[in-house]
Amino acid sequence: MSQQILEKPASFYEHFDRKGGPKDTTHYCPGCGHGNVHKLIAETIDDMGLADRAIFVSPVGCSVFAYYYFDVGNIQAAHGRAPAVGTAVKRTRPNSIVISYQGDGDLASIGTAEIIHAANRGEHMTVFFVNNAIYGMTGGQMAATSLMGQKTATTPYGRSAENEGFPIHMAEMIATLEAPVYVARCHLADLKGIMNTRKAVRKAIQAQVEGKGFTFVEILSPCPTGWKMDTHAACEFITKEMLPVFPEKVLKDEIATRVGWEHEIKEFTDEEVVASLELGMLGEPFPYDKKFVDNFETKGFKFAGFGGQGVLTAGAVFAAHAMQEHLQVSWIPSYGPEMRGGTANCSVVISKDPVGSPLVVEPDVLAVMNDPSFDTFEPTVKPGGLIIVNSTIIARKAHRTDVEVLYIPLTQIADDLGLKAAANMVLLGAYVEYSKLLPLDHLKTIVPKGIKRKALGDQNVLAVEAGAKWVRENAKALKPVPSLTA
Amino acid sequence: MSDTLSPRVEIVPHLCKSCQRCVEVCKPAVLETNLERAFNELGYQWVVYSGDGCTGCGSCFYACPEPGAVIVYKKGTAD
Repeated sequence: MSQQILEKPASFYEHFDRKGGPKDTTHYCPGCGHGNVHKLIAETIDDMGLADRAIFVSPVGCSVFAYYYFDVGNIQAAHGRAPAVGTAVKRTRPNSIVISYQGDGDLASIGTAEIIHAANRGEHMTVFFVNNAIYGMTGGQMAATSLMGQKTATTPYGRSAENEGFPIHMAEMIATLEAPVYVARCHLADLKGIMNTRKAVRKAIQAQVEGKGFTFVEILSPCPTGWKMDTHAACEFITKEMLPVFPEKVLKDEIATRVGWEHEIKEFTDEEVVASLELGMLGEPFPYDKKFVDNFETKGFKFAGFGGQGVLTAGAVFAAHAMQEHLQVSWIPSYGPEMRGGTANCSVVISKDPVGSPLVVEPDVLAVMNDPSFDTFEPTVKPGGLIIVNSTIIARKAHRTDVEVLYIPLTQIADDLGLKAAANMVLLGAYVEYSKLLPLDHLKTIVPKGIKRKALGDQNVLAVEAGAKWVRENAKALKPVPSLTA
Repeated sequence: MSDTLSPRVEIVPHLCKSCQRCVEVCKPAVLETNLERAFNELGYQWVVYSGDGCTGCGSCFYACPEPGAVIVYKKGTAD
């Protein structure tokens, strides 16, 4: 016997085992276009033999349950994010056929950013955009695609340009982009429209199979329930109201001429990750001194000043130094949007144990390079702590009497070396020499590796030495704090 | 010579939601909703084939939104 049969495509499950729903029918209302589009996609998957490669991304909306119907790979994405999820799927499984299926509430409103950028990147996926000019699932509210004057639950007097703007033309917008290879708009109002949709569905998926690029098919679809019409009237609504606004059209077709490309999958080695984060340039750690590490008491530091004074770098170099001494460290910056001139500070925690929080609310040691930082952070220093004041810039004295305060002309010392920008390194040299917290000679080998401008390494070491020298020469005037030098 | 199999259409009663899309696109007009008929378990009076005149064009298959509700047997041979 030979007789061709048109029946339920094999890419559908035999039974739709949706909890609480009918076992063999979809959950769609009578006359809903989703079923038509599902059928056309499933038929295409059958005919092209793609069931084992296809990954269907369901949206939020009436078609959220597509994974109950399609016997292919399935993912359900957060509202509007199907193209972003599809991007990840395609990039990690380049041999998959990714079908993102979205309604107009999903794609044309909350997901506008995702669809535009997936299209603009030319992700090798096919997006079916089912446009019924309304939010169907939630009860017929206005969508971005609703027509002028269209009465919906949220536009009971009809959509007006003044209040709600104009219907958004997604296919036209996407067709303006360079990357998409095929962009078309079809409709389901009559048999001719359905068969044209069938062609577009097949063409879009075939283009993806051939690795051509991003394909997009918008489908005007009846929503008899949301529109409060019978099926016949709904189809007429598409023909008479929607098509004049959203014309049936192939807006872009470069399938024949487009040479497809593959998105490169770059897997990074550990060494590349270390290099890209500029880690590892510190080289081998210093010899492990168990006694030193075991006896190290946790200390919190705050380095604060103007952006550009190098306070963040000072903290980073200091933390790097401690790390190389086998201590646990954290460094976290805090700064405004300005790249230069704003205020900036960083918190550094050094401990023999893993650091819980990188925040330093009450520092043991505060270094301030300018007046606003002094004013802000002076009250926060722990009693018995230490404040280092850049006395070149800050004229006033500390109000606190329960902390040690060093007034060091950091900027002046750096300037004397011809290195005004190295006041931060003068600070480190001075502090380490004063506190003996870490070995000064180790610091001098870390500094050239820890700063960004490697060519200035030697000069920064000079600045460290100058800071240490100033402390030695002024030692008599300084009163060491026992808790910090113990 | 083998016998010719006539084209025909089958509407699966418990899957039909009576949306009438198949009825509207059927050129020989051999599909109809029998309003005398009982309701299926979904609560719809399903569409039926009159039993004669189907050309096997497949229009109703593509017009029907329900994946399994319409089955079209095209013209064939019984060899």
